Amino acid sequence: MRIGVFICHCGTNISGVVDVVKLAESISHYPGVVISKENKYMCSDPGQNLIKSAVKEYNLDRIVVASCTPKLHENTFRACLEDLGLNPYMLEIANIREQCSWVHSDNPELATKKAEDLIKMAIARVRFAKELTCSKVTIERRALVIGGGVAGIQSALDIANAGYHVTLVERTPSIGGRMAQLDKTFPTLDCSACILTPKMVEANRHHLIKILTYSEVEEVSGFVGSFEVTIRMKSRSVEMKKCTGCGMCQSKCPVKVDSEFDEGLSKRRAIYMPFPQAVPNIPVIDRANCRYFLEKKCGVCKKVCPSDAIDYDQEDTILKEKFGSITIATGFDLFDHSAYGEYGYGKLKNVITSIQYERLVNSSGPTGGHIIRPSDGKEAKKVAFISCVGSRDNKMGKPYCSKVCCMYTAKHALLLKEHVPDAEAYIFYIDIRAAGKNYEEFVYRVQENYRVKYIRGRVSKIFEEGDNLIVRGFDTLSGESIEMEFDLVVLAVGVIPRKDSDSFARMLNISLDANHFVGELHPKLAPVEKNTPGIFLSGSCQYPRDIPESVAMAGAAAVKSLSLFAKEFLTSEPMISEVNTSICTGCLNCKNICPYRAINEEEIKDLDGKIRIVAKVNETICRGCGTCVASCPSQCINLKGVSNEQILAAIEAL
Amino acid sequence: MDNNNQQTWEPKIYAFLCNWCSYEGADLAGGGRRIYPANVRIIRVPCSGRIDPVFILKSFERGADGVLVSGCHPGDCHYTEGNYFARRKFVLVKKLLEYVGIEPERFQARWISASEAIKFVETVKEMTENIRKLGPNTKLVKNIKEEITCQ
Ligand SMILES: Cc1cc2nc3c(=O)[nH]c(=O)nc-3n(C[C@H](O)[C@H](O)[C@H](O)COP(=O)(O)OP(=O)(O)OC[C@H]3O[C@@H](n4cnc5c(N)ncnc54)[C@H](O)[C@@H]3O)c2cc1C
Ligand code: SF4
Ligand code: SF4
Repeated sequence: MRIGVFICHCGTNISGVVDVVKLAESISHYPGVVISKENKYMCSDPGQNLIKSAVKEYNLDRIVVASCTPKLHENTFRACLEDLGLNPYMLEIANIREQCSWVHSDNPELATKKAEDLIKMAIARVRFAKELTCSKVTIERRALVIGGGVAGIQSALDIANAGYHVTLVERTPSIGGRMAQLDKTFPTLDCSACILTPKMVEANRHHLIKILTYSEVEEVSGFVGSFEVTIRMKSRSVEMKKCTGCGMCQSKCPVKVDSEFDEGLSKRRAIYMPFPQAVPNIPVIDRANCRYFLEKKCGVCKKVCPSDAIDYDQEDTILKEKFGSITIATGFDLFDHSAYGEYGYGKLKNVITSIQYERLVNSSGPTGGHIIRPSDGKEAKKVAFISCVGSRDNKMGKPYCSKVCCMYTAKHALLLKEHVPDAEAYIFYIDIRAAGKNYEEFVYRVQENYRVKYIRGRVSKIFEEGDNLIVRGFDTLSGESIEMEFDLVVLAVGVIPRKDSDSFARMLNISLDANHFVGELHPKLAPVEKNTPGIFLSGSCQYPRDIPESVAMAGAAAVKSLSLFAKEFLTSEPMISEVNTSICTGCLNCKNICPYRAINEEEIKDLDGKIRIVAKVNETICRGCGTCVASCPSQCINLKGVSNEQILAAIEAL
Repeated sequence: MDNNNQQTWEPKIYAFLCNWCSYEGADLAGGGRRIYPANVRIIRVPCSGRIDPVFILKSFERGADGVLVSGCHPGDCHYTEGNYFARRKFVLVKKLLEYVGIEPERFQARWISASEAIKFVETVKEMTENIRKLGPNTKLVKNIKEEITCQ
C-alpha cells in the first residue's frame, strides 16, 4: 500500500490558520504514507500536476487530499486519478477548510491538531479503499402508461411526440377518464369534450401510441430500463378489425342496465360504447349482463351486425412486453356518500352527487341538459350544493381537502343559473378554497354576477317532506340555525384514491401515502417520481388534482421518461451495497428496509449442494444510502466506498 | 489524545453526518466563518440510515467523550426514509448507553438541514460545554495498552 498525502494551502484560507508545512512534515512519517506534499492551490493545474508527478515518481496506489470540502473538488481529484490510469475511488478528501481552518481561526494550535486528526482519519479510510466500477445496463426505449384519463393521454402524447413508442393501457372500454364525463370546466367554462376529444383522437391516430382499452396490467417485474409487464386485454366479444362503429348492435340489443358513464341516470345496452365519442369507437359486450352469455339466447347483435364483427367465442389476450419506464395515471374514485346518515344514507332520490350533476347539465347527457329531479322529472328551481362531503372529515378517515370541489361547486351553481335563469342556488360550505389562476375571480363572479348564495356551515340533516327536501344546518356567520326547502340537493363528494389502490400498489411493488394515494418520491423535489426508479406519476392518482395540474404533471412525468430514454446506457452507482452471500443468513431484514426496494431474495447453491436463500442487491436500483448495511444483523452486507471497515478505521485512527 | 491528563484534556467528539443535509450544514457554517470549538471530528456517511450502532459504541470504546449523529429532517431524507430507520435505531442506542451508565448528554441525535449552519454550530457548542462539565468518559472505554500487556 503506497499512500500519498497532498495538503492544500488554499491561498491562505487554510494555511492562514493551520500550519500546513509542519503538518506535511509530521504526516510523512505516518505508517503507510510514502510521500506528503503541500501546495498553494491543489485544485489548480500546477497542484494537480504535482499530484500526478508524485503518483508516478513514488508509484502511489491511493491518495489523500486535504483541502476544501469534497463537495467542491472530489470529482476534480477523481478525474486526476483517472488520467493517471488509477481507479478514481482510490481517494479520500480531508475537509480542512470548511470544517477546520474557517471555523477554528480563533485557535490555530487546536486547528492544526484537528487538521492532523482529519488527515489521519482520511488515511485510515483510504487504506480500505477498493477499486469501484459502474456496470452498464441497456434501456428498453418504450414507455408504458397506465390509465387513459387526460393525464395518461397527455403523458403518452408527450412521450410519443418526442419519438418513442408508448403503450397506453386503459381499464374501461374507452380512454377519456373522468374529464369525458364533465360538462363545462372551471374557471374558463370551456366545454370539456371539446378540449378533450381532439386529444383522444390525436392519441388514437399517433403512429407511436398503442392504445389498449378494456385492458389491465396484471404483473410487473424487472426494474428501470427493463420492466417486464403482463397485460390482459379482456375480450370485447367484438373483432376490432372488422367493426366499423356503426352502432347497429347497441340499438337492437334488448338488455338495459344502468350506464356507468351517466352515473346511473340513463340506461345502456349489454353491448355498448360508453359514450358517443368513445375512443376506440368500438363496442364491448358486457358478458355479465348479456343474454347470450347468461342464457345462450338472443344473439341479436350478431344477426344485425353488417360487418360480422361479433365474436362470442373471443378470448382474453395476454401480452408480455418490455418497457423502460412506467407512468401511473390511474386517477381517482369518488366518495360514497351513503356513509353519511345525516344525508339520507344515499337513499333520498333527489339527493345526487356532483358527478351526476355534471351529466345532468350536459346537453348531450341523459336529460339533454335539463336540470330535472330524478324523482318526478320536474325542473329544479331551488338547489342546495353541499361541499366537503367526504373531505376534511376525520370521522370518515378523509382528513385531506379534495381540492377541486370548491371550484366545481361554484361552477355547478353558475351552470344552474345559466340553464334555469329564475332558479335559486345555495352553497353550504366550510371554507372557500380557490387558490389557482383566475379561480378567486371565478368564485367572486359566481357570487356577485350570478347571485349565488353562500352559507357558511355544515349541514346537519337532509330529509324528505312531501315532494321536497328539507336541509337543516347552522349558519356559523350569522349564528342562526337554518331550515330550508329545496327541489334538489347536490353533494360535492370527495376525491378518494382508486378503490383497488392497495392491490394495484402490491402488483407494482410501490408504496402508497397515508391516504392511500400513490405517494411521490419527495413532496417538494420529486413530486412525479416514485421511490422505485423508472416509475413516474401523472395526474390525480397522486392527490386530488384539477385538469391544469393533471396536464402539467403529465408533461413533467413524460420528461422523466424522456430523460431516461435519452441516455445511452443506465449506469449503476459505483457506491452501492453488496452482499457477502457466504455469510448471509437470508433473514431479509435488508430487503424490508431498503427505501428503493433494491434488494430481492435469490437462491444459491452452497458448496455442499444445499439450496439456500440469500439477499441480492439490484445494482441499477440501489442508490447507496447504506440503510441496509446498518441493519444487517450478520454484518454481511456492505456499502462499497463507505464500508464498515473504512468507517471503523476512521474511528480507530485517533 | 491523552484522556487521563486533566490539564490538557479536551473533549473528543465524533460526529456522524449525512452527506446531503448535516454535512452540508457543517460546510455552510464554514462558509459563514462561524467559529465553534475544535473538538468535533466529522465522519461523512451517505445517510443517517448508514450509521450502524456499532460505530457509536466503537467511538466510545476508542475514547470519544461524546458522539453526535445527524441527518436530514424527517420527511426530507435524500433517500426518502433512511432517517426514519435511523431514528428508531438511535432511540435504542440511547437507552443502551444510559443503561451502561453513559450520561445522556454524551450521545445526541439531531436533525440538521443543509441550511441550518447555526443549528450545527449551536449543537457542537452545547455538546462541548456539557461534556467539558462532565469530564472524560470512562465507560465502555477499552484501554488498548492494558489489553496488550494482559495478553
Ligand atoms: C364532479 C367533478 C367536476 C370536475 N370539474 C372540473 C373542472 O371543471 N375543471 C377542472 O380542471 N377539473 C375538474 N375536475 C377534476 C378532473 O376530473 C380531474 O382533474 C381529471 O379528471 C384528472 O384526470 P386523471 O387523468 O388524473 O384521472 P381520471 O380522469 O380519473 O383518469 C384515470 C383513468 O385511468 C383509468 N384507470 C384507473 N385504474 C386503472 C388501472 N388499474 N388500469 C388501467 N386503467 C386504469 C380509469 O379508468 C380512467 O380512465 C372535476 C372533478 C369532478 C369529480
Ligand atoms: S354492429 Fe357490428 S360494426 Fe357496428 S358497432 Fe356493433 S359490432 Fe361494430
Ligand atoms: S444501500 Fe440503500 S438503496 Fe442500496 S440496497 Fe441498501 S438500502 Fe437499498
